[in-house]
Amino acid sequence: MHRLIAYCWRVLLLATMLAAPLARADLTVDIVGGGSSRYPLTILPMQNEEWLPEAVTQTVKSDLAMTGLFGLLEPPGGTVLPASPQAFDPVPWQQNGSRAVLYGKVTKLEGGLLRLTFWAETVNPREQKLAAEFDVHSSQLRDVAHRIADMVYEALLGSKSLFASRIAFVVQKGKESRLQVADVDGRRAQTVLRSAEPIISPAWSPDGSRLAYVSFENKKPVIYVQDLATGQRRLLANFKGSNSAPTWSPDGRKLAIVLTLSGNSQVYIINADGTGLSRFSYSDAIDTEPVFSPDGRQIAFVSDRSGGPQIYIQPLDGSKTVRRVTFQGAYNVSPAFSPDGRQLAYVRREAGRFKVMLQDLASGDARMISNSAFDESPSFAPNGKMVLYASDEGGRSVLYAASTQHPGRVKLGVLEGQVQDAAWGPFNP
Amino acid sequence: MKVLPFVVAAAAVLLSACASTGNPADSANAGNAAIVSGNGASTAGGGGSSLNPAQPLPQVDAAGAEAAAYAGVNGKSVFFDFDQSAIKDEYKGVVEAHAAYLGKYKGHVLVQGNTDVRGSREYNLALGQRRAESVKQSLEVLGVKPDQVEAVSFGMEKPQASGNTDGDHAQNRRADFVYQ
Repeated sequence: MHRLIAYCWRVLLLATMLAAPLARADLTVDIVGGGSSRYPLTILPMQNEEWLPEAVTQTVKSDLAMTGLFGLLEPPGGTVLPASPQAFDPVPWQQNGSRAVLYGKVTKLEGGLLRLTFWAETVNPREQKLAAEFDVHSSQLRDVAHRIADMVYEALLGSKSLFASRIAFVVQKGKESRLQVADVDGRRAQTVLRSAEPIISPAWSPDGSRLAYVSFENKKPVIYVQDLATGQRRLLANFKGSNSAPTWSPDGRKLAIVLTLSGNSQVYIINADGTGLSRFSYSDAIDTEPVFSPDGRQIAFVSDRSGGPQIYIQPLDGSKTVRRVTFQGAYNVSPAFSPDGRQLAYVRREAGRFKVMLQDLASGDARMISNSAFDESPSFAPNGKMVLYASDEGGRSVLYAASTQHPGRVKLGVLEGQVQDAAWGPFNP
Repeated sequence: MKVLPFVVAAAAVLLSACASTGNPADSANAGNAAIVSGNGASTAGGGGSSLNPAQPLPQVDAAGAEAAAYAGVNGKSVFFDFDQSAIKDEYKGVVEAHAAYLGKYKGHVLVQGNTDVRGSREYNLALGQRRAESVKQSLEVLGVKPDQVEAVSFGMEKPQASGNTDGDHAQNRRADFVYQ
């Protein structure tokens, strides 16, 4: 009886925590339509989660909501939290429409370590999909939360998740530009570089260890490559004229860049150590925004050789056979290949509005995945299931992530200032 | 293009060899005060130096004549129509004044092209470059030596007007002259 009272007290405390608004300021989830195809999931607070300095299951919820692939259900107040599969009763969750439930417990270990044990089970039929345990310090809780989100995603959906990656972006505060790297949800942002002059076009090396970017600190655009672990950077390209639009080859050995040595913007290839420059595109027009296909065999880029800017694909085999891939709209820019190489995200201007499009390369069919007026710089999550982009919101630039599978998008509201030029990095090593 | 005969003649007479040297890698190194962090121990990428021309340092001349001449061109920009890089008649005088100054005082100028703040940053960078190249060509027609001018672009990164009206956009479609 005594034990039962103590248990109920805990539940009461947790019920109070649950009553706090879920829509936290740092992530605004704006999911529209397509709800029936989302995976209905209840995430229970872990038993004893109040011992933790940060609410791990809140981060797991926020992560999974961000993907747009889960329909998260709220447990009713007074729910008794199961702390083992033996204590888990699937019946209430069958009734509330859940397909699966995540539950767990926190245990204190020697030396200040915390043990997080959790399970994910489908409820009809009942089947354990996941059981895992982490022994961690309290400083590692956010990493663990992202890891749990990945494990739940992969156990329930059967495909690769995306939280084991980072994003890069540029924040303008007054006259200062900051190149930052953060978790996928925008939290734990770290400044990689500060400058009184603009920084644009950050590009991740395929191994996630370096960023290439364009800096205007020398009164003209030049390209640097910076190692994220050491902070050391080196000049990659400072040729006469403008140096811009760096992106990496999939093997990390070369970059495609844009130079103006011929008096117009043209695509060049350069080794990652700054040697071996060779010209790739040949036109008397603007050729810019090159990106390597994931197989490394071709480059998509923007050219206005036909009048307005359109996207072209040209193989790297030297054949110079150029294929135009956008025909709708007079202004298509900023291409990004999906990780499987089958889709292209890009920005289309239509009636004065700039939208992120997603185009199937085989069929040519394109659909809009953003919904604001000035959207820019799309980049794919490394699992291909989301596209990160910058968007204008009443004069302020903010980052959004849109699902490539369902209508809907999420604002990374934790970021302050003018946040632009987003680049989603590869999976962490 | 309308070319003032006097300016061409003056430029032709006054032009002499541009005789300064400079290592572009020096000016590009980190350690520049603009960088507060970044551990910038930059080294120039290979292949850069040979393709970069010497960039003369500013020729500071105490003479009042030069100061006055500089004051006459300093801050004078060329403005462009939407999606255009052609220099309009009303700005030919500005280009001619800069050409005359460069001819007489032999400085080095960065022509920085700019665009309005709509659209892709990199495509705008290329559009700004086209404007800067247009100005560079005009300067060269007026007798300025190619190695006195470097055409570069700031794209949409340095707007003069931050608003979104047609007037703001017009303010931003321009080429600035930055003497070095």
